[in-house]
Amino acid sequence: MTNLNHLTIAAALDGLKNKDFTAVELTQAHIKAMGSAKNLNAFITETPALALEQAAESDKRRADGKAGMLEGIPLAIKDLFCTKGVRTTAASHILENFVPPYESTVTERLFANGAVMLGKASLDEFAMGSSNTTSHFGHVINPWKREGHNTELVPGGSSGGSAASVAARIAMGATGTDTGGSIRQPAAFCGIAGIKPTYGRCSRWGVVAFASSLDQAGVFARTTEDCAILLESCAGFDPKDSTSAPHDVPDFRATLESGVKGLKIGIPKEYRVDGMPAEIEKLWENGIAWLKEAGAEIVDVSLPHTRHALPTYYIIASAEASSNLARYDGVRYGLREEGKDLIELYEKTRAAGFGDEVKRRIILGTYVLSAGYYDAYYIKAQKVRRLISNDFTNAFERCDALLTPTAPSAAFAIGENEDDPVKMYLNDVFTVPTSLAGLPGMSIPAGLNAEGLPLGLQIIGRPWDEETVFKVARSIEKAAAFTALPQSLVRQAA
Amino acid sequence: MSIDKDTVRKVARLARLEMSETQIERAVPQIGGIVKWVEELGQVNTDNVEPLASVVNIPLRLREDVVNDGDCANDVLANAPEDQQGYFVVPKVVE
Repeated sequence: MTNLNHLTIAAALDGLKNKDFTAVELTQAHIKAMGSAKNLNAFITETPALALEQAAESDKRRADGKAGMLEGIPLAIKDLFCTKGVRTTAASHILENFVPPYESTVTERLFANGAVMLGKASLDEFAMGSSNTTSHFGHVINPWKREGHNTELVPGGSSGGSAASVAARIAMGATGTDTGGSIRQPAAFCGIAGIKPTYGRCSRWGVVAFASSLDQAGVFARTTEDCAILLESCAGFDPKDSTSAPHDVPDFRATLESGVKGLKIGIPKEYRVDGMPAEIEKLWENGIAWLKEAGAEIVDVSLPHTRHALPTYYIIASAEASSNLARYDGVRYGLREEGKDLIELYEKTRAAGFGDEVKRRIILGTYVLSAGYYDAYYIKAQKVRRLISNDFTNAFERCDALLTPTAPSAAFAIGENEDDPVKMYLNDVFTVPTSLAGLPGMSIPAGLNAEGLPLGLQIIGRPWDEETVFKVARSIEKAAAFTALPQSLVRQAA
Repeated sequence: MSIDKDTVRKVARLARLEMSETQIERAVPQIGGIVKWVEELGQVNTDNVEPLASVVNIPLRLREDVVNDGDCANDVLANAPEDQQGYFVVPKVVE
C-alpha cells in the first residue's frame, strides 16, 4: 500500500470508509512524517498527542455511523486561527504564551466535520510577509530545492508553514489566510493548490486580525478536489463575523468535473509585467493552450489600474494593521514589559513584542492615518481601490474567469529580497489586486521551471463563484498532470 | 512629503512604539522609500470616485440587543500578565 501520508483527502476518506485503515493509523503516518521533516520548521506548536486523541474519537464516531465530511483527516492549522486550549502565537513574541479560551469558527467547523489537528503551522509574524522569514520562531524552509543545489529556499508567505507541511506530506491539507496573496503565493512556491475564497465566505471570527477589509481564510491541499472538500467544510455564514455573507455554500465537488467548454477565460494584458521571467510567460501560455484545448474561449481583457494595486494595498493593509495591532498593550493578554507609567509600559511592551516588519507596517499605517495625511494617503488609496475593483467588474462582463501566473518567480533563497521592503512586496503583484477586489483566487501547480522548482497559475473568479474557479483549476490540473515531488520525498520513496 | 527623524519619532510615539535613535535612523530611509513609492497614487485621477471601504455589498447587520455572552471573567483574565481580584492590574495612573 502507498504511504498513507501520500494519499489525497478524497482517497483517504474512501479508505477510511472501506476500513482499509483507521484514522489513528492515518494520523500516525502523518506524525511520523512530521518527525522526519523537523528541519523544515513548519510548525510553531506540534500537537501529536491531541491529534491521536482526536483520531481515536474519530474512529469511534465512524464506527457509530456518525462520520462527518472530513472524518479522520489530519490537518495543519495556521497559527493565526485561535484554537481553544492550544497556544496561538501569530508567530509573534507578543503572543508567545497566548492560550485562547475560545475556538475560531473555521477550526470549530473543521473539527465538527471530523478533522484532526496535527499542530499549529508557522507563518510570517501577524501574516505580514511573502517569505515566512519574519516569524519569531525562525524561518520555515521549503521542501523543494533547486536541482543539484542545497540552498534553502523560502516556502512563500505568509502561510508558509501550512504550504510546506502539505507539500512535504506532513498534513493532508491546511488552513491559511490570505490578505494580499498569503495562500496563493506559498501554494505556488510549494507546488500545491490553495484557494482564497470570496471575502465574506469564511468567517474571520477567532482569526488574529491583520487587515480586516482584506483578511480572508482559505485552504491548502494537493488537489483541486481536496481544496473543494476542505473549503465546503469550513465556509459559510457566521453571525459572529459582521462581514460574513449570508450565502449558502454550494457542494463544490458536484460541479468540479463539468469542464470548461464554452467558458470565457480572460487574459489581463496588464499582467505581462516588465522583466517577467520567460519561464513564467511560457507557463501562462501553456495554461492558455490547455484551456483552449478543453473548449474554453480565450478573450483579452484589460485591468487598467493594475499597476497601482501594490501601493494601494500597502497603504490600506498597513493602516488597518496599525489600528488592529493597537490592542497589544501588555495589559489584557500577551507579553508585558514593565514601565514606570502606563505609556512606558505600552511602548516597551510593543517594542519588545513586535518584530521589524510588523513595526515598519505599524509606523507606515500610523503615518498614513495621522492628521494631515489621512486624505492624501488613506482616502486616496480607498478611491483607487474602487477603481481596481471596477476594473474587475468590467472585465467580468466579457469573461467568466481570469487566468494569470500566481507569482512573478519561483521560490527564492532565504535572505534574498530582504534588503529592500519594496522589492519583497513585488512578490504579491499578481495576487494583491484580487484581494483588493475581494474576489476568489486559486493557485494550482502547473509545471516546473528549469531549476526543477514548481510554478503556479492563478484563477480568479466573480464574487461568490468559487465553483467556476474550481472547474477551471480542475481543467488545468488534468492537463498539467503535475506529479513532481520535492526532492527529499523522492529520496524517501526510493 | 519626505520622512525625517522627527516624523518617525512622532509617529512612533503615536503608535506607542519605543524606538532608539539608531532604530529611528535606520527606519527613516525604509519608511521614506515606501512612502515615496506609494505617492505614485497621486497620479491617478480619482475625481468623483467614492472611497471603497468594504467589498461586501451587504449592509452591516444589527443584532438583537440582548445579553448573549458573559459570566466568563476567569476566561477573560486567563491570559492577563497581572490580575488581582478579578481585575487587570496596570501601573498607577492617578496621582
